[in-house]
Amino acid sequence: MKSLKHLFGIADLEREQIEYLVNLGDSFIDINRRPLKKAPTLRGKTVINLFFENSTRTRTSFEIAGKRLSADVINISASTSATTKGETLLDTAQTLAAMQPHVLVIRHSLAGTCEFLAEHLDNTAIVNAGDGAHEHPTQILTDLLTLKQAWGSPEGKVITIVGDISHSRVARSHLLAAKKLGYHMRVVAPKTLLPAEIERYGCEVYHDFDEALPGSDAVYMLRVQTERLTDTCAFPSVREYHEAYGLNSKRLKAAGDDCLVLHPGPMNRGVEIATDVADSVKSHILSQVEHGVAIRMAVLAALCGGETEEKKAGNRKKLSDEAMRAQGTLL
Amino acid sequence: MSGTLLIKNGHIIDPANGIDKTADLWIEDGKVVAVGNHSGAADKTIDATEKIVCPGLIDMHVHLREPGQEWKEDIESGSRAAVAGGVTSMCCMPNTGPHIDHAGIVRQIIERARQVNLCNVHPIGAVTKNLEGKELTEMRELSRAGCVAFSDDGMPIWHAGVMRKALEYSSSFGYMVIQHAEEPTLTKGGCINEGWISTQLGVTGMPVEGEDSMIARDIMLTRRAKAFYHVAHISSKGGVELVRAAQAEGLSVTTEAAPHHFALTEEEVLGFNVDAKMSPPLRTEEDRLAVIEGLRDGTIEVIATDHAPHHEDDKRCGLSCAAFGIVGLETMLPVSLDLVRAGVLTMSDMLAKMTSNPASLLGLESGTLSLGSEADVTIFDPEATWTVDREALVSKGKNTPWHGKQMTGQVTHTIKAGRIVFENGTIHG
Repeated sequence: MKSLKHLFGIADLEREQIEYLVNLGDSFIDINRRPLKKAPTLRGKTVINLFFENSTRTRTSFEIAGKRLSADVINISASTSATTKGETLLDTAQTLAAMQPHVLVIRHSLAGTCEFLAEHLDNTAIVNAGDGAHEHPTQILTDLLTLKQAWGSPEGKVITIVGDISHSRVARSHLLAAKKLGYHMRVVAPKTLLPAEIERYGCEVYHDFDEALPGSDAVYMLRVQTERLTDTCAFPSVREYHEAYGLNSKRLKAAGDDCLVLHPGPMNRGVEIATDVADSVKSHILSQVEHGVAIRMAVLAALCGGETEEKKAGNRKKLSDEAMRAQGTLL
Repeated sequence: MSGTLLIKNGHIIDPANGIDKTADLWIEDGKVVAVGNHSGAADKTIDATEKIVCPGLIDMHVHLREPGQEWKEDIESGSRAAVAGGVTSMCCMPNTGPHIDHAGIVRQIIERARQVNLCNVHPIGAVTKNLEGKELTEMRELSRAGCVAFSDDGMPIWHAGVMRKALEYSSSFGYMVIQHAEEPTLTKGGCINEGWISTQLGVTGMPVEGEDSMIARDIMLTRRAKAFYHVAHISSKGGVELVRAAQAEGLSVTTEAAPHHFALTEEEVLGFNVDAKMSPPLRTEEDRLAVIEGLRDGTIEVIATDHAPHHEDDKRCGLSCAAFGIVGLETMLPVSLDLVRAGVLTMSDMLAKMTSNPASLLGLESGTLSLGSEADVTIFDPEATWTVDREALVSKGKNTPWHGKQMTGQVTHTIKAGRIVFENGTIHG
């Protein structure tokens, strides 16, 4: 398996790497449920969360993940101004990198931010916590862990993703992961919310939500930015959006009893998802949040873990042993 | 320039005069005096054996950035880059600061170019004041000051009513309007071609319809106004087809293609390559082939670079916010030679697109080796190979998609009015 230097996106990961990270995340779930939630894995490591976009769950998730593995975690929320964001971004990143952190976790509204910064920074591992409409790899790894818990393997399953696909990094990363792991994606949106040539990902495209539901093993609802919806003429009103693409329990029946409901958060109740679904037993939305911490622990551990190829190869065993040991100690 | 210069034994190609043969070229006092035999002795001789000797190249689409953005390029650095690329005449676009929308700026640019004394600089005047697309400029005054055509390049003239008046007014006096064809309501926020690549990168695309719809509209207005309309840097299959149909109808519609649009596709942008970002963007292979076909069948009469130098700071910020444009003066000839090597164009037809064709379109006296004409001459070795090194570019702009790529074809001499201004890598300023 190729060693992991940065985590830019699902596009750069091989199937084995995805499975390795999901399994490693799986092994970290228990630590988070202990009364004393601490393992020594990343002792002496520094993680900087550099967020140029608002985020509660992803940033908190990375922060908790780092802290539970004993890393020193620093959070920086930088605002980005339209004219100087480029220079500010690189200067900020270079300044922080000069302080010798091991990992820089970055969220930015511009696609390709991590690739761009990595060109100019040495010796710092970069984790993409969401870049524009490009990729959001840790969210997808999180979802895959949730699905692993529910299904064992996602292979052959059908995931129906609904909403603003054109601005969604989650959708893109899932479409890439589906190809690598052998699950099927249905994308559901009006043409105004679909990017060009989306079908080239190998997904099925639907404009009618009710047509897409039968045969779905999971329904993945995307958050809708209501201002964006009407300002760009993508949709006439929130009311009509909910009517056409909102998920409620009545509509969900078409998918069958075992269909899971996922959402990357934060939810707009009454817009893309109705409360009766969001709070139902089918909803795995809070599991996703919980697994998000475990996955980010796995990602940080994999990036900070060992420097040599040999070490990387033995990483999974070592890290899970370590996780076990940590649990043992805590017991 | 006094004295006699003999360019010996070169393969002379002068498309305007149908000359395509190995011969000597004699230059006296800055003028072409003979192709072939000539009595008298030369003060200096250049051996052009195995090389091609042609009229100095003309690039009718260049951004020189002066006045206003001299950190990106200025008339001197742009002129140096031009002669290094074999270009002896160029047209500079009006999106400077202040814009080329009044006669004083035109005179200033021409005067500065004369001081630099390397390359002819012919300003293109703005169509509208401040490039705002609202009020027409004083085109007659600008023309008298030296403007050879009119454009708001960088900005499209998007308002249909203003464009109609611009075409009507300009053509009343025989002027040509050069349009940056882009419907801004379709391309807003876009940074590369809209399609599979923009979807994968998660960036906003500029659909090809943004270009095509503007060209279609403009052709309709040109038909009614009986105007002279030129599409800048055509990049799309639909655009080429529209221009071809307009020409078949007999309208005065012409166009130019930039080397990057017939040499590269949107695939270059993968990996968020900011040096492959320009407007109009690199498009699909189908579009690229259509541009090549347009060059082959003559729909596209001109090759022009859209040389758009930027400072590193303007590019070093990721794809979505990086400035549009690439430099082109120094790579124009070798990239275009690929068309000859691929059998798309004869050497003479290719050279016509950067000499006699733009000259006749703009009414320039240059672009030929006619006896008695000002001796602007380019000599190049069509087989010599070299590797593009962005840091070695003469232009202040280092934004090239060809960094590290091997080029075949190298300019060895550039002669301006009989004076050698570039010789084997050295500029004689």
